[in-house]
Amino acid sequence: MEHFRAHVLICAGTGCVSSGSKKVEAALREQLAKKGLDKEIKIVETGCHGFCEMGPLVIVYPEGVFYVRVKEEDVTDIVEDHLYKGRIVERLLYKEPVSLEKVPNYSDIPFYKKQMRMVLANCGHIDPEVIEEYIAVNGYQALGKALVEMKPEDVVDEVKKSGLRGRGGGGFPTGLKWGFTRSAVGEKKYVVCNADEGDPGAFMDRSVLEGDPHRIIEGMAICGYAIGADEGYIYVRAEYPLAIKRLKIAISQAEDMGLLGENIFGSGFNFKIKIKEGAGAFVCGEETALLASIEGRRGMPRPRPPFPAVSGLWGKPTNINNVETFANVPQIINNGADWYAAIGTERSKGTKVFALTGRINHTGLAEVPMGISMREIIYDIGGGIPNGKKFKAVQIGGPSGGCLPENMLNLAVDYDSLIEVGAMMGSGGLVVMDETTCMVDVAKFFLNFTQSESCGKCTPCREGTKRMLEILTRITDGEGKDGDIELLQDMAKDIKATALCGLGQTAPNPVLSTIRYFKHEYEAHIKEKRCPAGACSKLAGYTILDSCKGCSLCKKACPVEAISGTIKAKHQIDSEKCIKCGTCLAKCPFKAIVKG
Amino acid sequence: MEMVNITVDGQELQVQKNSTVLEAARIAGIKIPTLCYHPELRPEGNCRVCMVEVKGARTLVASCVYPVSEGMVVNTNTVGVREARKTVVELLLANHPQDCLSCQRNLNCELQTIAADLGVRKIRFEGEKKSYPLDNSNPSLVRDQSKCILCGRCVRACSERQGVNVYSFANRGFKTTVVPAFNQGLDKVACTYCGQCASVCPTGAIVVKDDTLSVWRELANPQKHVVVQTAPAVRVALGEALGLNLGEAVTGKMVAALRRLGFDKVFDTNFSADLTIMEEGAEFLHRLKNGGKLPMITSCSPGWVNFAELFYPDLLDHLSTAKSPQQMFGAIVKTYYAEKAGIDPANIVSVSVMPCTAKKGEAAREEMKSSGYKDVDFVITTTELAAMIKESGIDFASLAEEKYDDPMGIATGAGVIFGATGGVMEAALRTLSELVTGEELKDIEFHNVRGLNGVKEAEIELGDKTVKVAVAHTLLNARALMDKIRRGEADYHFIEIMACPGGCIGGAGQPINLSAGFRQKRIDAIYDCDTKSELRKSHKNPAICELYDTWLGKPLGEKSHHLLHTTYQPQKR
Repeated sequence: MEHFRAHVLICAGTGCVSSGSKKVEAALREQLAKKGLDKEIKIVETGCHGFCEMGPLVIVYPEGVFYVRVKEEDVTDIVEDHLYKGRIVERLLYKEPVSLEKVPNYSDIPFYKKQMRMVLANCGHIDPEVIEEYIAVNGYQALGKALVEMKPEDVVDEVKKSGLRGRGGGGFPTGLKWGFTRSAVGEKKYVVCNADEGDPGAFMDRSVLEGDPHRIIEGMAICGYAIGADEGYIYVRAEYPLAIKRLKIAISQAEDMGLLGENIFGSGFNFKIKIKEGAGAFVCGEETALLASIEGRRGMPRPRPPFPAVSGLWGKPTNINNVETFANVPQIINNGADWYAAIGTERSKGTKVFALTGRINHTGLAEVPMGISMREIIYDIGGGIPNGKKFKAVQIGGPSGGCLPENMLNLAVDYDSLIEVGAMMGSGGLVVMDETTCMVDVAKFFLNFTQSESCGKCTPCREGTKRMLEILTRITDGEGKDGDIELLQDMAKDIKATALCGLGQTAPNPVLSTIRYFKHEYEAHIKEKRCPAGACSKLAGYTILDSCKGCSLCKKACPVEAISGTIKAKHQIDSEKCIKCGTCLAKCPFKAIVKG
Repeated sequence: MEMVNITVDGQELQVQKNSTVLEAARIAGIKIPTLCYHPELRPEGNCRVCMVEVKGARTLVASCVYPVSEGMVVNTNTVGVREARKTVVELLLANHPQDCLSCQRNLNCELQTIAADLGVRKIRFEGEKKSYPLDNSNPSLVRDQSKCILCGRCVRACSERQGVNVYSFANRGFKTTVVPAFNQGLDKVACTYCGQCASVCPTGAIVVKDDTLSVWRELANPQKHVVVQTAPAVRVALGEALGLNLGEAVTGKMVAALRRLGFDKVFDTNFSADLTIMEEGAEFLHRLKNGGKLPMITSCSPGWVNFAELFYPDLLDHLSTAKSPQQMFGAIVKTYYAEKAGIDPANIVSVSVMPCTAKKGEAAREEMKSSGYKDVDFVITTTELAAMIKESGIDFASLAEEKYDDPMGIATGAGVIFGATGGVMEAALRTLSELVTGEELKDIEFHNVRGLNGVKEAEIELGDKTVKVAVAHTLLNARALMDKIRRGEADYHFIEIMACPGGCIGGAGQPINLSAGFRQKRIDAIYDCDTKSELRKSHKNPAICELYDTWLGKPLGEKSHHLLHTTYQPQKR
């Protein structure tokens, strides 16, 4: 076996690749070769580290030095100083945003400190395209244990006992679901992995698929054994080409090693996995629509019952779980249900991966134990709100979720507590909003998403979300009417009660939660024709403050001559003429013009 | 059958285990409103009007698809349920043209009825309404997607009932539509114009093309001699649209009404149905004797002929070359009748009243001009005739019965049974038996080819030969038979195929009827007309005999060949 004195890990997740990690890698290879170091230093392409905001990420082992935002031109310094002379390149280290202290070591960075990386344990640390690296970190040990030492019903029981709940959004107990499919009558059964990650801002499934694909394969195979299925499908959106590529490599490697295929571990258990690429319809994340899509039909949900556990893919009993759910399975089998159940809260066990986006310093993926407070996620891990702005709300659960205000920040995050306050876990998207975000506009954004992604099959979702969106648009345009809030609430109630699938039943949630916690913003739009956040362009007025020096730059810049005033005297804006373009605000050298 | 105990609105019921909440409620006398549900199609739960409350369920459930289970407690009449249903209908109305008063389906629209039943008095939502161009490209059907409520019944009828699959859902969200492939007109896709989509559409989104205006215009023209033929199935359904009972034959009243409308002669398609038997029967015997292509398949149903030309172009030589009764009539009326009556055929306007939408297309076919003129000028449906009768203020129910005009109003019971599935076969067998054996047939009723089974088979002794026949109705069943022929597994001699369920009585030109067993009631009325006929065999029709003796010569003779037979071409769309 070859020995290397150092390993350079370069993140090849989608985030880092799009910020240029491939160029960094090429430069690194070239310079190492030039220096003749390519025999003693190995470059490893890894999956996502989750710290996407700081990408491209480069980690140098054995020291574990963590370089952030590495550009092509920084490679020379890494090679010359670090790899050749052994001196850390200080300027590329992560800087703590408050203390501005440089943190050379991966494990000392606050972003990682409060995390509990179990599902993401291998992401960023192994080469996802090399099966041996997965095996080296106990990969496929759980499958071996299940097949050799456990009966299928024991596996189901173990998962039941672990308390694992579906990570795709609904939070249905996974073991129970497996039990249903196991006891369903049928010779042929299927395992389906739902990798149709579609929530705006969610990318945790993609990162696992890209960074640790074998974990999913192992989880699915264990499920197949437990429920009596010999075939699995991974339904993954075609917009995830890297995930698809790595899954394909992983499947073929597992087949070559006999970890997929016939008579796995000599147990007599057969299991194969196929990949089905989805065309990216959001509704195909709904399980019955997903199955229709695999079968080659239009992705439209059908009423349940019958549930897929009884009649799923091609009418056969089918167990469908989300990527993250399957990713949890190997460790439960390896370490036991009791170990797993010790993590988390009373009714929500284990960890959850959240995708942090929006107005937050550390955009990225964070895996935390269930029950952690929202405040810890946003401030300790996420590094708080950038540019000194004030926190306003956090949207959790994607288009089906809700917006929670500041006084909910201490809420312990688990499935049930979120439902109670009008949000939901969803797939784990966390969108942070600051004081410049208009909550009516946020509701409009999510409703616009669901209404254009509605499959159009059932009336309330197809027609109802459209009408709600029209009302919200009217409100943000300053044409809101008395009774609009009540009408929205009425419609939301009926749509939730009558829509055919989860998409429609949860579509009104962003509207309901924003009305619940930010009703005053709706009222300001409707009654005072004012957007308190100054975000709605049709309502945004501009005011010139007393600090105006009368330089008249704004007056000259205004395209519609809405500003008047004499030189060296305070100017005025005629709000009737003003088209709210914002040019004056940008031009003022004295910050004497404000929105609102 | 296993039963379960459930409670619906406080009533304790025992219902079959595999029934839905909707079915259970109907047993309890509770009529849950429905829109996308159709009793003959697979329920899909799309429209969300039939919502009910099931104790323990997270949301309301769609009763048309929700199965009952032991101990289930259902409430169909709570405030929440009523409000939810109302909101759903309101949402549909908010995106529906408000031109009900001038809509073809006015007073016969399920959306309108449900809005009235649910007490929708106000539409709280205003905003964008969908607007699409009319698809008016074909002779039979008009599609107005602006009126479509996306219930999907047409999609299901076309695929489940007919196996043609013209329609599918396209686009997402508010822009969702039901369209033929690539959003083309029905004339550009493999549509047979059977019109079953129109007969299941709850609104005016798919309607039968209205040709009454042209007919009114001709009736008002004193230069024209306007004759009308009425298809067998019209008489057993017209009454339904005019306030009479289902299953009541209204032949005499219909004839009287047609005279009042101003038709110069009122004739019967049954006459040319008898003529069809003469020609088709002769053709069959010819094929049987001379090793011609077998099985021979009937060609009376233009939806079926389109289907064969579209999907089985390789098997067109199985189709009888005999024209349909409508077209035989048209060819004869502008030749034989014109001569006999001394009228210039250029001044004859030939109108037919049909239970069928595809007949409009059949009359418009290029080759249907063997008289030297367009053989059939206008085709109106049973429903259109009912509309004309209403418009002219005729009190249909109180009309005294009148008789058809001679000679083309003289017909037999064999002609009238063309209107029901199996009827053409039975009529042919009555004549063939006697022609082959030369003896009078004792039992003229062939019950094994009657009824609503999808495919019926029978073996009949024709002299010393046993003839195997099959009868299929709906194009889905036709497809099964045709595939069998294509695979070389069909040992039939003679097959009857009708495009519509139940035969012509279930055609899309008939009044829309959703009641249970309506097709059987129309069929019973057809056979009742047969039983009451003095003559029940086509070759015994004196007017037909006279036609051959004095003018046509022999079946399959030269004149027949020219006027009464046709050819088929593969349709490429």
